[in-house]
Amino acid sequence: MHPLKIIVTVKQVPDTNQVKIDPVTNSLVREGVPSIINPEDRNAIEVALWFKEHVGAETTALCMGPPQAVSALEEALAMGIDKAVLLSDRAFAGSDTLVTAFTLSRAVMKIGTYDLILCGRQAIDGDTAQVGPQLAGFLGLPQITYAEEIQYDGMTLTIRRGLEDSNEWIRVKLPALVTVSAGINRPRHPSLYNIVAACDPERITRLTATDLKVPAAMLGLTASPTKVKKIFEPERHARAEMLEGEPSHMARQLIEKLRALHALDREHNPHEREVSSAFNRL
Amino acid sequence: MATLFLYTARIMDFELTNQHRLARATARDVARTELAPYAQEWDQTMTFPGEALKKLARLGFMGISIPKAYGGCGLDSISYVLIIEELAKVCASTAIIVSVHNSVCAYPIFMLGTEEQKQSYLVPLSRGEKLGAFALTEPNAGSDPASLETVAERHGDHFILNGTKTFITNGSTADIVLVMARTDRTKRSRGITAFIVDKSFGGIIVGSKENKLGIRASDTCELIFKRCTVPAANVLGELGAGLGAALDTLTFGRVGVAAQALGVAECAFEESIRYSTQRKQFGRPIADFQAIQWMLADMATEIEAARSLVYRAAWLKDRGKPFAAEASMAKLYASETAMRCATKAVQIHGGYGCMKDYRVERCFRDAKVIEIYEGTSEIQRLIIARNVTK
Ligand SMILES: Cc1cc2nc3c(=O)[nH]c(=O)nc-3n(C[C@H](O)[C@H](O)[C@H](O)COP(=O)(O)OP(=O)(O)OC[C@H]3O[C@@H](n4cnc5c(N)ncnc54)[C@H](O)[C@@H]3O)c2cc1C
Repeated sequence: MHPLKIIVTVKQVPDTNQVKIDPVTNSLVREGVPSIINPEDRNAIEVALWFKEHVGAETTALCMGPPQAVSALEEALAMGIDKAVLLSDRAFAGSDTLVTAFTLSRAVMKIGTYDLILCGRQAIDGDTAQVGPQLAGFLGLPQITYAEEIQYDGMTLTIRRGLEDSNEWIRVKLPALVTVSAGINRPRHPSLYNIVAACDPERITRLTATDLKVPAAMLGLTASPTKVKKIFEPERHARAEMLEGEPSHMARQLIEKLRALHALDREHNPHEREVSSAFNRL
Repeated sequence: MATLFLYTARIMDFELTNQHRLARATARDVARTELAPYAQEWDQTMTFPGEALKKLARLGFMGISIPKAYGGCGLDSISYVLIIEELAKVCASTAIIVSVHNSVCAYPIFMLGTEEQKQSYLVPLSRGEKLGAFALTEPNAGSDPASLETVAERHGDHFILNGTKTFITNGSTADIVLVMARTDRTKRSRGITAFIVDKSFGGIIVGSKENKLGIRASDTCELIFKRCTVPAANVLGELGAGLGAALDTLTFGRVGVAAQALGVAECAFEESIRYSTQRKQFGRPIADFQAIQWMLADMATEIEAARSLVYRAAWLKDRGKPFAAEASMAKLYASETAMRCATKAVQIHGGYGCMKDYRVERCFRDAKVIEIYEGTSEIQRLIIARNVTK
């Protein structure tokens, strides 16, 4: 059997852990904030490398972004990905999720053959979780989202989707698109052994709008139906209330307050009975 | 290509390349997950970070600037110092273990070794299958290594080594030790030869681990050579080529230690910023007081100066230019900067700075040791002075 051909989509995002809020202007300080590979895209890379090492696969990382996003691809190569494609053009700027997915779909077609497309569940700078599903839509592929476990058997995958309160096992025939959640694995570190080769400019194929043969009107901000009107910090309404007195008294007060907020209602809490009896014991 | 050359020749470029940035990000990432959670405990319990080193080895940390052909990563010296700096920010002990292995064991074998020596020793060292050490210091020969007393006597195609080496980093854990021994009693430094000694040769007694002020997770031991038989094929470089040839390759080690010092200084500084902006006295953060601000300003400035010296020494080496004086300047200034920054950091933390639960307490102890090994500050000044007066 030929090695699987896998494409992993990779986005470069600001490390939101390190984004600070300017106390004076209350706006996000992005200056000096390092750019990283979107965390769940690293999980997707790890899945691709699992296939490479256990099944045999040729892996390609695909990234749309400004020229400096090349460093995300270099890191993917240093983790062990075989090839990298950077989609970079002024015409792509301002793309919403739909146009991003459309542009990526054209790049995937340009790359040609593939058996599996892997995406991170969502990006930490947008949290939409839309690009993967939309990309599957443009390519006419079956999509399985929120994968937390993948089993491989010939040309079918059996995947556990981690949903909020349950798990779903789904079987799918390749080719398919899978978005993976953080819980699926622990992504490896890049290897120092791979760095010299990863940073060889020849390793990365660069594609522009012209290469994709897509008119500018179908790209970027112009083509995007979603327009961001304003970005702001939500006002914080949280306030702390200190309870005082004996521990048992404080616990009783706490439960009363949670009850008043309906936080202990049965549909939320299957342990209501235990809570009640504990309360009565106080 | 020609235009690129013109471009680079015209400007002075302080930018790191993508390769440098990726090497640094990788080391930072690895230090955060593999060292940070354990470093304090290793320090307290004098535990050698063996498991973490195995992980580091798999990722290439034991052959950073050794070419791929010999099992290394083929990274340049700037990448090397960035990596050591990042490790040291989190765990100065791991940084010195990696630095000694790379720069004063693997690197001299790469520079001076025969093809056969490289295949037998350098390849497993760079792959991290074997750990390296460097043994020069003796009870009676510290700053003055030319007076060393360990002797190597020739018997046919072997040498027999007798003598005592002291304060050897990786002493008990290393598999391969570069040993400096006297092959000619009639000469001083020209009577000294470097040997590649495999611990399995036998005749080496490992003393107990020293209980140290700082850098406590690295094992520092006495090595006693008692009729240790070493094949003549394991002479590194020329017989009696002198300490000079060996010491030349050790210059790179100084840059590594300078990078380690830089990392410790940065850690002390970052902790001080964090603490002084949070700790309130007299109703405001202590960082509002000018006395504290001046300390922070001095730390930031000295760290930038140290960084320039360290990176520049590595940059000179990468360009094949002489860098001995610059390496000494970097080692001297960065280690003294680390000590000054750590002292200020403890001061800024007040009583908390004296507590083992606070990171700066370890910086303070580690910094002092860095001013001493791989040539004390006095010896660095001596080397620099020799260079500027010759
Ligand atoms: C943690 C640790 C790890 C070490 N690891 C290694 C290792 O892996 N391999 C190895 O070979 N060695 C190692 N050493 C040894 C280290 O390099 C020596 O301790 C150092 O070179 C100083 O030698 P000394 O301790 O004998 O001090 P001395 O040389 O006795 O110096 C004592 C004092 O006199 C000063 N002094 C000496 N000569 C002069 C002079 N001419 N002018 C002015 N001042 C002078 C010194 O600067 C110092 O202040 C290690 C040491 C430590 C603490």
